Amino acid sequence: MIEKRKSKRGAFLALVCIAAVLALVVVLENLSTFLGAGSVPAILLPTSQLFIVLKKGAVYALVAVSMNLLNGFTGLFSLGQAGFMLLGAYTYAILTVPMSAKDTVYYLYGGSAVPFSLPDLFGGADTAPGLVLGVLLAIVLGGLVAAFFAWLIGLPVLRLKSDYLAIATLGFAEIIRAVFQWQALGPVTNGANMITQIPTFSSFNITDESGAVVLRLSTFFPFLIAIVCITVIVLLIDSSYGRAFKAIREDEVAAEAMGIDLAKHKRLAFCISSFFAGVGGALFAMYASNAQAKVYTSTMTYELLLIVVIGGIGSVSGSCIATFLYVACSEWWLRFLDSELIFSSTTDPKRITFILIFAAAVLCGAILLTRRERKGEGKMWKAALVWLAALLLLGWLAYFVIAGELKVPLVRDGFRMVVFSIIIMIVVLFFRRGLMGDKELPDLFRKLARRKAGVRHG
Amino acid sequence: MQLLISTLIFGISAGGQYALIAIGYTMVYGILRLINFAHGDVFMVAGLMGIYLSAALPLYLALPLVLVLTVALGFCIERAAYKPLRASPRMSVMISAIGVSYLLQNTATYVTGGQPMTYPTLPFLGDTVTIAGTSIKWAVVLTPFLVAALVLVLTQLIDHTKVGLAMRAVAKDFETSQLMGIKINNVISMTFVIGSALAAVGSMLYFTTYPAIVPTAGAMPGLKAFVAAVFGGIGSIPGAVIGAFLIGICENFVKILPFEGATTFVDAFTFALLIVVLIFKPTGLFGEKATDKV
Repeated sequence: MIEKRKSKRGAFLALVCIAAVLALVVVLENLSTFLGAGSVPAILLPTSQLFIVLKKGAVYALVAVSMNLLNGFTGLFSLGQAGFMLLGAYTYAILTVPMSAKDTVYYLYGGSAVPFSLPDLFGGADTAPGLVLGVLLAIVLGGLVAAFFAWLIGLPVLRLKSDYLAIATLGFAEIIRAVFQWQALGPVTNGANMITQIPTFSSFNITDESGAVVLRLSTFFPFLIAIVCITVIVLLIDSSYGRAFKAIREDEVAAEAMGIDLAKHKRLAFCISSFFAGVGGALFAMYASNAQAKVYTSTMTYELLLIVVIGGIGSVSGSCIATFLYVACSEWWLRFLDSELIFSSTTDPKRITFILIFAAAVLCGAILLTRRERKGEGKMWKAALVWLAALLLLGWLAYFVIAGELKVPLVRDGFRMVVFSIIIMIVVLFFRRGLMGDKELPDLFRKLARRKAGVRHG
Repeated sequence: MQLLISTLIFGISAGGQYALIAIGYTMVYGILRLINFAHGDVFMVAGLMGIYLSAALPLYLALPLVLVLTVALGFCIERAAYKPLRASPRMSVMISAIGVSYLLQNTATYVTGGQPMTYPTLPFLGDTVTIAGTSIKWAVVLTPFLVAALVLVLTQLIDHTKVGLAMRAVAKDFETSQLMGIKINNVISMTFVIGSALAAVGSMLYFTTYPAIVPTAGAMPGLKAFVAAVFGGIGSIPGAVIGAFLIGICENFVKILPFEGATTFVDAFTFALLIVVLIFKPTGLFGEKATDKV
């Protein structure tokens, strides 16, 4: 998506792509405002799942890329991402609760111990400079706090190797989570309760005097921040520091022999990654419109790690693509599996779609599972068993087509996540190098172009 | 004094329960170099199976069946999710473990509807006894002895049987042992079978003490058991057991510390202890010192 190329043409192309993405986001979000809510499809309404996915995707993409910087490019296996996000989220939330709301938010502790609010310092969250300056400053501070803690624990922890480092950073995240829930810190962190009433993405929508929205920027804002941050990370990866990181990943001993200061570079990568995780955490607080310690569990880190690996370890564009696919799958596309599915009318387009998707899924699954057998490596009875199961499922489908009305079995609340985790297992087992491997999008385009050229010449 | 004694008893018992899970972690890590994130969830599923089976069958049938099914689950997970990735980088296998953990948790949510389930009261184990003025469940009292017996059997198995010899060989050097004619897949399956069986026993003891099971109930005990395994030097069974007992006891003493909100820090304390130990002994208390090969 955004990839610095050595040539000026590449950089220019990347800039054009970024501008196009941002423009597309703005246009998509504002179509319903410009044309009137009645004249656009339901998917483009401001309440549509699409925008939730885009917002959450932008936030997660940033954190996933920051995790990739550490795990994929520097080869440091850290599982502390959720902890650093929590630091960013809380810093942001504590600094941006408006003065007027402090007493209601902190009512259990008789008011807040922080006697100022950044947006209010610049003129209040309802004025443009107050909002933009205050929020941006708070986000950056969130990142800095996360980076500072990373610097603190980096000294001892980064001496550990692979799995020990992973469990130590995971432990650090859990400790942070406990500290922020501690009652004694209540006047600052609001204890185990969430900090609410902070400026969210929707605060960036521009309204006229009557309060009606003129221009929606609530999806544009996280995209802008995420793209700026990811560009910085990409530039860093392409710099001499980035080359040092990759050298450390490939072989620590050799890297040290080439004159790379291991401790310094590892710490640098750790701090930078944590900085962007902190920024991501602040954005996540904006997305969720609150900061709450119990959200930032190790499950969140695992989720991010899954995204990074599915996208391809060591591929920035892979992480971005995987994030949006992951978020869209878990939040949006599979939603229909959570409520009962009954197709009564034979001409219902949903029914036809269901039949097609089901048949395709069964066939693809059977083909994937018997890949080895068809190459002649595995045992024939396994392939036979798989095809028998596939035939049974297709038979059920045929019965469904003939019988006309059928309630799809098993589908009820919670089924979505089961299907989703099965999809993830399939991706993990069959696409072992992730969607992109360690390639980037431009690499793929270039490969395609070369293949075309090759065909022409040959 | 009374408080101290009862805390100690509870601590030892918690330690024993962690030890049963930690052995599964440490054996798998010793052989595959894999953090089996799904192990804690296998433990949770064993608890859920205990609930559903004991509702349908008499207990003397249900409990052995739980054991058998948990072992089957562990075996299937290994065959389906880890075996195909044996030649892949370690990261892929670990992601697969995380995926399995995710799948087990989501399936549990789907089956239970997300509601907390109550573990049945087992006869005798669930009865209480009064020791030093505190009423304590028999499960708590018996746990350390049961753990000691199981660990004894396990060490005998590993030190004096052919399977045990193969396990030690595979843990020492994966590839050479393959060349020596050891059937790697059988040995690995055996490890998962033993680990899951111990997790099933652990689930009976643990959920008798803490009877509410939610789909994420396995995550924290699993994580702590893993910390215990790292603590003792991952790959070493005695190390894992000692680490587990230490963590269990320390954790219960943190709970009664006289400052406000001490219970918030029970989990955090475990990890703080771990980080401190790792800083001074980077491979755990009894871990082999890793040497870098150049």
